[in-house]
Amino acid sequence: MLNIQGFETIVNKTYDVPYMERTRLYYEAQGYSEPYLWAHFATTPFSALQKPLSESTVSLITTAMPDTEQGRSERKLYSSLSTPAPKTMYTLGLSWHDTVTHTRDTGSFLPIEPLLVVQDEGGIGSLAPRFHSVPTAYSQRQTLEEDAPELLERLQEDQADVALLVPL
Amino acid sequence: MDIIEHVGVPRYLHTDFPLGNPLGNPFDRDMQLSHTSMALELLRSASEANTIQRSPYSWDGDPGWRDDYSKVTNENRAELAQAGEARRALQTEMKKLNPRQLIPNP
Repeated sequence: MLNIQGFETIVNKTYDVPYMERTRLYYEAQGYSEPYLWAHFATTPFSALQKPLSESTVSLITTAMPDTEQGRSERKLYSSLSTPAPKTMYTLGLSWHDTVTHTRDTGSFLPIEPLLVVQDEGGIGSLAPRFHSVPTAYSQRQTLEEDAPELLERLQEDQADVALLVPL
Repeated sequence: MDIIEHVGVPRYLHTDFPLGNPLGNPFDRDMQLSHTSMALELLRSASEANTIQRSPYSWDGDPGWRDDYSKVTNENRAELAQAGEARRALQTEMKKLNPRQLIPNP
């Protein structure tokens, strides 16, 4: 016999978090009069792979900053060597869920080691020699007109064929 | 998920984990490798923009994290208002010192 109460409990616990609504209410409670606006595409771009992944250079982009004096004090675009994978990254000030989890395991948000495993197995051509940290900021102008073009330039310097964006 | 649908991305692997651990549970190397492989497979197989796939894995901790995220309650309302004031004061100072300093999302 179906336990209706139990069924409802399960359903209620596994919903998709309404992040936009939560963010709006959270900002409102903090006294911000203007609601947060996300930059978004009217038409989302798409490029099919130009060659097999097994021949492609894969680049990695994170929103975590390097755990260096400069990375901790200035949020901007950084490029860091992919290997060896960093043991720590600077994640303070980002909107991750710090009351239930932590970012002490860089592997939980920066997939360098798994990409090296896939590379060794021949699943990708190679992991790009450096990965990139991008700042999350209120300024859409800063992101769209400065950071994004600069990031694209760096990816092209790396001769990256594809990029994985893994935000926290 | 709702943000991604609004923003629009070419391909998206949805991992339903607390923000901060998009690859899955901390220190779970098998899950992290699985998610990486799923993302690469999606990269290969998608044929149109806004292709979204869900990971079958789930958070191994308390499922109450969904209710907890950025929750505004009567208990924390005053504290949040105070934090907002403090934050705006700090931002004003930061702008004075360095007008180009980026203001991170709270």
